[in-house]
Amino acid sequence: MAMSPRTLLVRFSCAAALSLIFGLASGSLALAPTELWQALLGNDEGVAAEVLWQLRLPRVLAAFACGGLLALSGLLLQVLLRNPLADPYVLGVSGGAAVGALLAMLFGAGLVVTQVSSFAGACLVIVAVFGFGFRCGERNIYRLLLTGVVISAGCGAIISMLLTLAQGEQIRGMLFWLMGDLSHSQGLPFAWLVLLMAGLCATIVASVLDVLAVGSDKAAALGVAVIRWQIGLYFVTAVLTVTAVQLGGSIGFVGLIVPHAVRLLGISAHRWLVPLSMLLGGSFLVLADTLARMLWSPLQLPVGVLTTLMGVPVLLWLLSRRQR
Amino acid sequence: MRVANDSALEARALSVQMGERVVCRGLDVLIRPGECWGVLGQNGMGKTTLLRTLAGLHTPQSGGVSWDGLALEDYARRDLAQRVAILTQSEGVEFYGSVQEYVLLGRFPHRTLLFGYSAEDEQLARQSMAQMELTELAGRPHSKLSGGERQRAAVAQMLTQRAQCYLLDEPLQHLDLRHQAKVMRVLGQLREEACALVMVLHDTLWAQRYCDHVLMLLPDGQVLQGGADELLTRTHLEALYQCHLREVSVDGERCFVAGV
Repeated sequence: MAMSPRTLLVRFSCAAALSLIFGLASGSLALAPTELWQALLGNDEGVAAEVLWQLRLPRVLAAFACGGLLALSGLLLQVLLRNPLADPYVLGVSGGAAVGALLAMLFGAGLVVTQVSSFAGACLVIVAVFGFGFRCGERNIYRLLLTGVVISAGCGAIISMLLTLAQGEQIRGMLFWLMGDLSHSQGLPFAWLVLLMAGLCATIVASVLDVLAVGSDKAAALGVAVIRWQIGLYFVTAVLTVTAVQLGGSIGFVGLIVPHAVRLLGISAHRWLVPLSMLLGGSFLVLADTLARMLWSPLQLPVGVLTTLMGVPVLLWLLSRRQR
Repeated sequence: MRVANDSALEARALSVQMGERVVCRGLDVLIRPGECWGVLGQNGMGKTTLLRTLAGLHTPQSGGVSWDGLALEDYARRDLAQRVAILTQSEGVEFYGSVQEYVLLGRFPHRTLLFGYSAEDEQLARQSMAQMELTELAGRPHSKLSGGERQRAAVAQMLTQRAQCYLLDEPLQHLDLRHQAKVMRVLGQLREEACALVMVLHDTLWAQRYCDHVLMLLPDGQVLQGGADELLTRTHLEALYQCHLREVSVDGERCFVAGV
């Protein structure tokens, strides 16, 4: 018997809180619950408080926002492309964002131009994926994935080229951008704002998403102005992906695994899928990032490596199941 | 007969093309409430495209379609969906929710709540499911349904839409004989309620029983329209399907079967 969406919402919220506490407490300096509590209350002025407020809290908040953004962008991309296997990383949207950003950096652009350029890159890739992967009908998911793979490969080549062309200090900045580093997240308040706004809007228009997910013909027949919604979804997905990429670099498969897991729990209505995916995505990335910090401490694994290593077998499993 | 409305679906000088194929040229047709039109033709003649054009989902080369005197493109999509419903051929898109949630989507154009659907919407969905004998499958995931059950769910969804005009693309596909009869009976009721119906059919027997008008898309690109009695004859049908037909009579009812 599937759990009711409300129960799931409560549980996922608890899981999110626990993951945040786990992220705050774990690390090379382990904090006992009482220490953590004291430091959080501001009763501690020592190293613990320093570590907590300066390092860990921004980091777990960045990880949570990034995970939520990726899960939501994956979910919306799945509605847009009518394909449950769509993911911003797999389809090359993250790659497009990176190419845009690196290109701007190569020309010495500032932060804002870099962001805009990265947004343009992501948009371009979505349009390309949609244009090429969609022409022969909505039903062919393999063609869509293939288009994404090809575009990802292209983006990879361009990234290598840009890295070769860049010099000294530029390369450092670029690599930083590419690897993603949740500990140096500058746009944290902005990312949270984007996440909460997008999550709220997506929940409000959830019934439209439900209809769009069934197919554009059906959606039009049921009274949805399909083209307008699709264009809107393009932009929102691109903004979400770019914001996530700016926080944590190219982190793969969160947008694929998380909504899928929620669906496996028997949730299909988007008014539940949206908040549940955001909560699960956030918790998942906080856990993954904490693990990435701890596994080879003091070395820190890029969190994208971890999520991709988890995501690849899941995607392969889903594809093999689909074949039958 | 209860006359709920006198709005009609009208095509004027309609020319429809699908790729290279010309579906119709300068077609004038008026579909009034309480009328049931059968669209017949060989595979690939553009029956689906014609139906999609009548629903405002396909843009014609020239001419236009109007509902209640107003061109379809002048309606907001939602307003149009409250009036004209279309049953498309199997969608090929997976729906992850239950059968009930799927059927409930038919209330989308009428929904008044920001979140979810009202109790009345759910009541209407339950009614349509009962009509299509889906009540016991209500909680089942839509993806686990068989082809015929999916078709019934699609019909139930369309019924839930409570439109005034129904366009149906092969409403009987995948259905067993019992459910074919069931669907046709329910559609017959809609006609009694003064809804206008247009359905693409392959079985001339159902067209004979339920349609009062027929639209034939002939192989040479011509479109014949007229009363069902007048057009559903062996001569016309043989010209339409370009094959030899045998006429048999069962309890006084004429049927056509393909000769071998």
